[in-house]
Amino acid sequence: MIPAALEYRRAGSVEEAIELLGSDEDAKLLAGGHSLIPAMKLRIARPTALVDIGRLDDLRYVREDGDRIAIGALTRHAALEADAMLGGSCAVLARAAGEVGDPQVRHRGTIGGSVSHADPASDLATVLLTLDADLVARGPAGERTIAAAEFFTGPFENALARDEVLVEIRVPKAGEGVYLKHSRRAQDWATVAVAAAHVDGRVQVGLSSMGPTPLRARAVEEALAGGASAEDAAARAAEGTDPPSDVSGSAAYRAHLARVLVRRALEQV
Amino acid sequence: MTRIALTVNGEGREAEVQARQLLVYFLREQLGLTGTNVGCDTSSCGACTVLLDGESVKSCTVLAVQADGSEVTTIEGLARGGGELHPVQQAFHEQHGVQCGYCTPGFVMATVSLLKDNPRPSEAEIRHALEGNLCRCTGYHNIVRAVEAAARAGA
Amino acid sequence: MSILGNRVLRVEDPRFLRGEGRYIENMPLHRAAWVTFVRSPLAHARVNGIDTSAAEALPDVQVLTGADVDAPPFGPPPYWNINPGMVRPLVAQDVVRFAGEIVAIVVSDDRAAGIDAAELVAIDYDPLPVVLTVEEAAEDETLLFPDEGTNVAARAGSEEHDEELFSGCEVVVSDTVWSQRMAAAPLEPRSAAAELGEDGRLTVWLTSQTPHTSKMVVAGMLGLDPGQVRVVSPDLGGGFGAKMLEVEGVLVAWLARKLGRPARWTETRTENMLGLLHGRAQRLEFTLGGTRDGDVRAYRLDVLADAGAYPILGAYLPNLTCLMASAVYEIPRVEVEGRSVVTNTTPTTSIRGAGRPEAAQAMERALDLFAAEVGLDPAEVRRRNFVPKDAFPYTTATGATYDSGDYEGALDLLLRSAGYDELREEQRRRRAQGGPVELGIGLGAYVEISNPVGEAEFGEVEITDNGEAILRTGSHSHGQGHETTFAMLAAERLGLPVELVTVIKGDTDEVPTGAGTFGSKSTQIGGVAGRLAADGVVEQAKALAADYLEASAADMVLDLDTGRFHVTGAPEPALGWADLASRAAADGRLGELKVSHEFQAPPSFPFGIHLSVVEVDTETGRVEVKRHVAVDDAGTIVNPLVADGQVHGGIAFGVGQALYEEVVFGEDGYPLTGTFVGYAFPSAAELPSWERVEMVTPTPNNVVGVKGIGESGTVGSTPAVHNAVLDALAPYGVRHVDLPCNGENVWKALQEATA
Repeated sequence: MIPAALEYRRAGSVEEAIELLGSDEDAKLLAGGHSLIPAMKLRIARPTALVDIGRLDDLRYVREDGDRIAIGALTRHAALEADAMLGGSCAVLARAAGEVGDPQVRHRGTIGGSVSHADPASDLATVLLTLDADLVARGPAGERTIAAAEFFTGPFENALARDEVLVEIRVPKAGEGVYLKHSRRAQDWATVAVAAAHVDGRVQVGLSSMGPTPLRARAVEEALAGGASAEDAAARAAEGTDPPSDVSGSAAYRAHLARVLVRRALEQV
Repeated sequence: MTRIALTVNGEGREAEVQARQLLVYFLREQLGLTGTNVGCDTSSCGACTVLLDGESVKSCTVLAVQADGSEVTTIEGLARGGGELHPVQQAFHEQHGVQCGYCTPGFVMATVSLLKDNPRPSEAEIRHALEGNLCRCTGYHNIVRAVEAAARAGA
Repeated sequence: MSILGNRVLRVEDPRFLRGEGRYIENMPLHRAAWVTFVRSPLAHARVNGIDTSAAEALPDVQVLTGADVDAPPFGPPPYWNINPGMVRPLVAQDVVRFAGEIVAIVVSDDRAAGIDAAELVAIDYDPLPVVLTVEEAAEDETLLFPDEGTNVAARAGSEEHDEELFSGCEVVVSDTVWSQRMAAAPLEPRSAAAELGEDGRLTVWLTSQTPHTSKMVVAGMLGLDPGQVRVVSPDLGGGFGAKMLEVEGVLVAWLARKLGRPARWTETRTENMLGLLHGRAQRLEFTLGGTRDGDVRAYRLDVLADAGAYPILGAYLPNLTCLMASAVYEIPRVEVEGRSVVTNTTPTTSIRGAGRPEAAQAMERALDLFAAEVGLDPAEVRRRNFVPKDAFPYTTATGATYDSGDYEGALDLLLRSAGYDELREEQRRRRAQGGPVELGIGLGAYVEISNPVGEAEFGEVEITDNGEAILRTGSHSHGQGHETTFAMLAAERLGLPVELVTVIKGDTDEVPTGAGTFGSKSTQIGGVAGRLAADGVVEQAKALAADYLEASAADMVLDLDTGRFHVTGAPEPALGWADLASRAAADGRLGELKVSHEFQAPPSFPFGIHLSVVEVDTETGRVEVKRHVAVDDAGTIVNPLVADGQVHGGIAFGVGQALYEEVVFGEDGYPLTGTFVGYAFPSAAELPSWERVEMVTPTPNNVVGVKGIGESGTVGSTPAVHNAVLDALAPYGVRHVDLPCNGENVWKALQEATA
């Protein structure tokens, strides 16, 4: 399989990328390419041009910033997985990065690319939503911060304007966190995955593959806040979700898995 | 067309490529390095695994233009001087980790990358590290033995 | 000392390890046109029209449709007794009958242009009602071939039904198992290429396990004399029974002649998942009866097989399932009936096991259900009913004559090797402890039939002028290592080091005739044919050496350790192969050192028993294989290294069926498992290491005593894992889980049992 014909432009800076995106409305941003290129090969995605930001090495970093951790959008999954500071201060994100795809994918794929792709089954997007991460976008008018809860607007849709570039992801230093992924095979997308973490003294829970976007298990969080046991809270895991039915699981099975995995996550967190 | 310059198996190469040219077809069709195989369309099977700047990647999911300025190592570039097999290749031979051979270059390259990061992996670590490579012949048993043997040999 | 039985490293490995595998796609072919097939996205539809103008407006693109193709349709050989009115046109014209059927052909200068143009071929379809399941097809309401008046393509066994079959049985159990549709999924997708030579001969490169049969069919379909066609099948990246000749190969051969330029095609994986024929897809309805103390007296098996849209080998396979229905058990009364029906799906063929796994899956489930009903341990109920060791050759109620076996011996060896009693003890302990993860232990006994139709194979040994040997075989290899094992079989008789015997295969100009590789028959007929040819060469060499040493041929011996000929009892003077060959070459007598042999043998019956230990998470439904112990007896083992590899791969394939794999179609017949993302066959991360226990009961059917081993692991493993899952779930009252036993199916079974 080969992508449809297209133009290729390499951006030397974020600003140049913004400008190039602004000049061609069917252009797409290329980072590691591990979400976009597979879709282009199947010709599900047919951009007329690619704006490659993959060489902008100054967007690869993981650093402490007060009580937050700032992650450059081009940081690769393998780097997140191996980052000692992240492993200590936000282990749930490091662990989820190690669950993305397979080693080859983790060597190339980037957190910014993965999150922008906004796959409802995304490991990292689910964790970022759970952590109430902030996503920093830069556009012609400068930078703005988008809350993760506002970022994922639909299946494979995000809140970025066409000429905006996601440059940084900011996550809180989280307490104990758990990421439980149920997939048919290790390399597969999650049938259902559950992230649970202590954020600002409360337990927050996120779900992947349970609807058109990664979701927060709000009913579970409410129940917990009201003092419910893990088991009772987990029983509400599928409330407000709209899981798909596909070869990796029916909607009913996914709803069941969500309840089991949330309960287990809550018991561990 | 875009002009790229990269190092492939230690040799500098320059070429004009279409923007949509995948690295794997660049290697196979423009450079004639047919050792890297294509087994799927979805970045699932790992038959096309090569090293890009020392790390394993699926060359079906990298555009040739993205490899501009990089160093690529394919299966053809692994054997040492005099044509002697690389210790990972030798281990796959001795442990019968090869049957039809089609997935083999990808497994060998993935193993080289694994052992660079983790020189003495456990069986569980090996199996996890090979999750992105599919084989239909061996049932993986002897591939795992080969990785263990290569690790013992200090590959 | 004999080389047989040694773990000889494979001579073919270095080229694969260096990335020098000779796959067709790697072959340069000057000026070749790139072929892209346009395939129907609809499972059943009338084709009203095809507009090729937009595609042909692209530079250097040509589009052909069914109207351009003047070759006859593609159908099964008459002796399979498949409805001859259900043949497949090379390119569909009026009606498409499965998603993936070819409707047009794009010819371009390169791969990318072909994909671009194929997107632009506009086809006007009128959807027709689809038939996707065997049950629907059997109702004969919507017909794929209205002129035939039925969807039934073939029958097997007998339609006679003995109402008294189970009379006298105190316990009768029954169930239905759907042995789900599987994809062979060889890692190398198919390729084909063809070139018309200046001499007018057509060379066709095919990813085919059967080059000689492929040559005859290609020649026949193109109206050519077979001598005008050469088929070359170089290295095959896996095949598993599915890589035979298909319409694509015929079309590429036809195109090279039509276009007057070489043509080539390599499919994408997505195309492979639609176009390469699938396998299994048999509905197995069984009933087994016996006495309260555990003696099985009667068994009935009804097979309803899914032939897919155009019946071919898959429609014939119920014959093998029926033949092997009574498996390893001595059952006085057995009834079998098979039907194959057409559906709007990819046609089916043989894949690893081909009819025999289905027989074992039904019987081994029946045995476990029976054991539970009579309150016996599954191992014990098997022991009581095995065909006894002293009964061979043994003819079953369905008419199979088993050559040799020791089924109880295999069980004893397995139970000892696995530590069966300890495993059961651990299971009792864990059940007492409670917890969501249950331990299950399952057995899968089997006997399979290798070289199932008792074919012949060609072998030829030729000594070269430097005293080395060339072995030509009509067999082939898609990864099994025949260049090594066949060389070993000949080298041992020639007294030559194995590396001096070069195996040539897969080229119909190099090898005059051959059956190819399928049905686990390669070594037992192909390897043996080469060995017998080597014996012939040794006899010829003795005569030649006798001339040179001025002795009598009758007194000559070959010292197998040194590869030297001398007179009995007098080690000197002697002639080695190199001396002999160079003298013979100088005298123009080298041709005497070339002998061919065609070896035919009846089928042999490899057998064994597997034990699987699984953990089932009763909350998520996830099953994990913790241990899998396999006793597989394939008679004499030529190369244990290679034999182990065959069993390992077979087990993984069978575990794949038990737990992971299934080809699935949407309601409209569009495949949902058309990539390696959808079709989830396991990686190393899902599987454990395998414990293989060797057992050797030679067959009397050939001089070596070797049976087939390529499919054994698959036949035994699926039922062992399936039974282990059900054993784990027994405390919950679950007696049926659909294959594959993935999380969802296990969860559903638990829901139903506890509802």
